[in-house]
Amino acid sequence: MTTINAPMPSLSHRASRWFSRNLIRIYAALAFIYLFIPVAYTFAFSFNDAGKSNLVWQGFTLENWQNPCGAPQVCQAVVNSLQIGVISTVLATILGTMIAFALGRYKFKGRKSTNLLIFLPMATPEVVLGASLLAMFLNLRVNPGFWTIVISHVMFCISFVVVTVKARIASLDPRLEQAAMDLYANERETFRYVTLPLVMPGIAGAALLAFSLSFDDFIITNFNSGVVSTFPKFVYVSAARGIPAQAYVIGSAMFFIALIIVIVGQVVSRKRKKI
Amino acid sequence: MANNKVSQDTGDLKLDRVSKHYGDFCAVDDLSLIVPDGSFFALLGPSGCGKTTTLRMIAGLEEPSAGTISIGDTDITTQKSYRRNVNTVFQNYALFPHLTIFENIAFGLRRRGVKDIKSEVESALNLVEMAHLAERKPNQLSGGQQQRIAVARAIVNRPEVLLLDEPLGALDLKLRRQMQIELKRIQTEVGITFIHVTHDQEEAMTMADTIAVMNQGKIEQMGSATDLYEAPKTAFVANFLGQCNLIKGKITSRAGDKATVTAKGLTFEVPLSRVATSNDSVFLGVRPEKLRLDDTGVNSIKNCVVTDRSFVGTSTQYLVRAPWDLELVVFEQNDEGLHDLRVGDTVSLEWDPEHTFALDGAGDINAGADLDDEE
Repeated sequence: MTTINAPMPSLSHRASRWFSRNLIRIYAALAFIYLFIPVAYTFAFSFNDAGKSNLVWQGFTLENWQNPCGAPQVCQAVVNSLQIGVISTVLATILGTMIAFALGRYKFKGRKSTNLLIFLPMATPEVVLGASLLAMFLNLRVNPGFWTIVISHVMFCISFVVVTVKARIASLDPRLEQAAMDLYANERETFRYVTLPLVMPGIAGAALLAFSLSFDDFIITNFNSGVVSTFPKFVYVSAARGIPAQAYVIGSAMFFIALIIVIVGQVVSRKRKKI
Repeated sequence: MANNKVSQDTGDLKLDRVSKHYGDFCAVDDLSLIVPDGSFFALLGPSGCGKTTTLRMIAGLEEPSAGTISIGDTDITTQKSYRRNVNTVFQNYALFPHLTIFENIAFGLRRRGVKDIKSEVESALNLVEMAHLAERKPNQLSGGQQQRIAVARAIVNRPEVLLLDEPLGALDLKLRRQMQIELKRIQTEVGITFIHVTHDQEEAMTMADTIAVMNQGKIEQMGSATDLYEAPKTAFVANFLGQCNLIKGKITSRAGDKATVTAKGLTFEVPLSRVATSNDSVFLGVRPEKLRLDDTGVNSIKNCVVTDRSFVGTSTQYLVRAPWDLELVVFEQNDEGLHDLRVGDTVSLEWDPEHTFALDGAGDINAGADLDDEE
């Protein structure tokens, strides 16, 4: 509302007011742009009619998406990565969850030092881990390949699983388990019907984390893979000669699959809450 | 599961010389107790008095360091909690957040392999008047509703003994009053032994048939609310239940059915039946509402001065200073006989010998005072 006496604010004054009022939005927009430029770039270049090297825009094509396995060995590398990821995730999640329960629920001699040792692999530089694992495998006369990758991945994923699951266990109210025991559930039933369902979100989160760590890993894998190729290794190796556009297709596809999983998860949990 | 054998004995709950030590700390000290079958029993005491530890030992969540616990003729001292026919309403309820209200209540029935779960759960929900909430999750319920569900979840199993661990502590005052009456109704309806742990003396007096006042791991006194209030046996009980005036004195004679006590040159009479000690050094006690602002009685203190006055609706509460270093609390009912005194007025106090009691004067005269608000 303006009255006749009120002077018209100057243009620059209005602009600065608009700016200060929307500062937080502008800041958020900039942050998101920064985060998503690489993804957008990957997505755009998955449609590039690239030929050998996908570094310069050559023209639009759907061919890469129609034939994602077009580049030699790219799909074999993805399949290897998925297999290694799934096997490592399952093993690391089971072992890590058991360690997390031991550390979170029981008092035993050496618990504190175990807690500390679990953190060490996370703090050690990956190159060092990769190199020492390779030295170990060679000394044991094990040829690097698919299973040495799995062993390495399980090793570095365990720590992350332990930390994630332990946090969930720590937030669990011990009275819930006591209530279950009070209501005629023996130790096994208490675990099966109360403890495990309540810790499950933590275990699922840990598994997702382990999978993405394994799928993503390049450094340790590169040391211990021998002739076996994984997707990150494929991209790295082909970078020397020119990354095929199919790598961008697979990268974008991974992003969208993850996005869909997140959205579905949100929708499901929101529906559940509404009941 | 059906193979979980649950003891089915009926009878009184007995604690025989039960102790619980945590390292050097003695939480429960040689406690013996009999709770009659079907009674509403309260364990009352300040925080850290051992009442919750006692409850947890009955539930099977702690094992006694010494002594035995039994229901009827069966010793349950070392029995696992899931084999005891005892259920607990936990402080803050401990409802399973991942299960619906229906499944929360059905939990114990399913573990025991009960057949007709649906009708059992429904009748438990009806008992607490929460049938419409069966499909909700616990976090969608208010505190009062969660409280009722916790009661239903325990009671649906028809335990021998139902344990309630400060069940109303998280509720606001109005809801607490309502739930006190509600719990009392439920207890009368199902006839199960209720053991109610609380630090709130008013709550214990409202609900329980028998109250055991606990202090430092021991039972100070046990009895009905009236017994404990009208004839406390220790300074702790006198101060912890309601307000109390205690005067340090000495018994100078025990003749016939009365004792004479002198304090600061004044003499007071007290019936021998209300003297709780063989010691001559005593605390003479009288409740604030038993004091009258007059000077005609047998027991009286003259030349007192009003130092504070507060009007609280049903009564006016005075703080009155005796001629020596002693402040007495006086409640005067707001009816025709009201004196309407002001601060600074000189008054006399008097009370009947039969409202007087004498306690062992060896302990702390302030024991148990100002403790009941502690959590």
